[in-house]
Amino acid sequence: MGWNELTVAAFAVLGAGIAMIGGGFGSAIGQGYAAGKGVEAVGRQPEAQSKIMTTMLLGQAVAETTGIYSLVVALLLLGIVNRIL
Amino acid sequence: MEAILEGPRTVFTIFGLPITESVVNTWLVMAVLIILALIFRRNLQVYPDKRQNVVEAIVEAVSGLVNTTMGQKNKGFMPYIGTLFFLLLFSNLLGIFGLRPPTADFSVTIAYGIVTFFCIHYFAIKAKGWSYIKGMAEPFIFLLPMNIIGEVAKPFSLGMRLYGNLLGGSVIMAMISGAVALFVPAVASIYFDFFSALLQSFIFVMLTMVFIAIAKDDEE
Repeated sequence: MGWNELTVAAFAVLGAGIAMIGGGFGSAIGQGYAAGKGVEAVGRQPEAQSKIMTTMLLGQAVAETTGIYSLVVALLLLGIVNRIL
Repeated sequence: MEAILEGPRTVFTIFGLPITESVVNTWLVMAVLIILALIFRRNLQVYPDKRQNVVEAIVEAVSGLVNTTMGQKNKGFMPYIGTLFFLLLFSNLLGIFGLRPPTADFSVTIAYGIVTFFCIHYFAIKAKGWSYIKGMAEPFIFLLPMNIIGEVAKPFSLGMRLYGNLLGGSVIMAMISGAVALFVPAVASIYFDFFSALLQSFIFVMLTMVFIAIAKDDEE
């Protein structure tokens, strides 16, 4: 079956959208859970707040990594579209 | 936005090697850091004046961070970690000035990741000898490929995290600046440019320290 460029571009754009579903969903849930635990820890011991916040931000940024992987895949797919059109 | 997604453009070539925007912008960051260092090291006194106080506070903060994360005996890593932190911070912050941040280029970030990779294994072998390599095959030999993949995944994920965050931030800032004119890009730039730059360089440096400390000091 012959692929014409419009089909490839259409599927690439669709794939970019689908890629962000899992990335956004998983990363948001993981980071929200870490934030919840961080807030709970501050509630238990308010004087350690800045240390807890630093650790929480560190953990959240590592949890964001796989969401960033899917963002890069989506941007790569959009780049393909850009080169075709 | 398309201009950012296409990758850095080649500014000129030397002997056939293309010199891209990322390389030139890294030279700019290096020049800024060197000039700042030369300014701040003039006239160091025992009783510090205002300018020296600020610099000493910064150095103490970085030193405290290295001591907390890697332990007191690893405090020799502080110059490299501090330099890496400020290089990454200033590289990430270039997006504010309209220049393409050099870390929004995967080649640059994976290069920093590869330096971390060599640091991890060099210092681990120096501290533990060849039992570090043998330790990757224990307790079962079929864990060896998984350990190798894990070790390769470390610089890859470090580079990818920095690259993805910076590229995504640049794309979103370009879209916001293109869509809304007056006040919103400045407000959005507080998160995407300032906070994201600071956090991502901090994350890179913290993970580097943690990987080196674990590989070097982890006594089983």
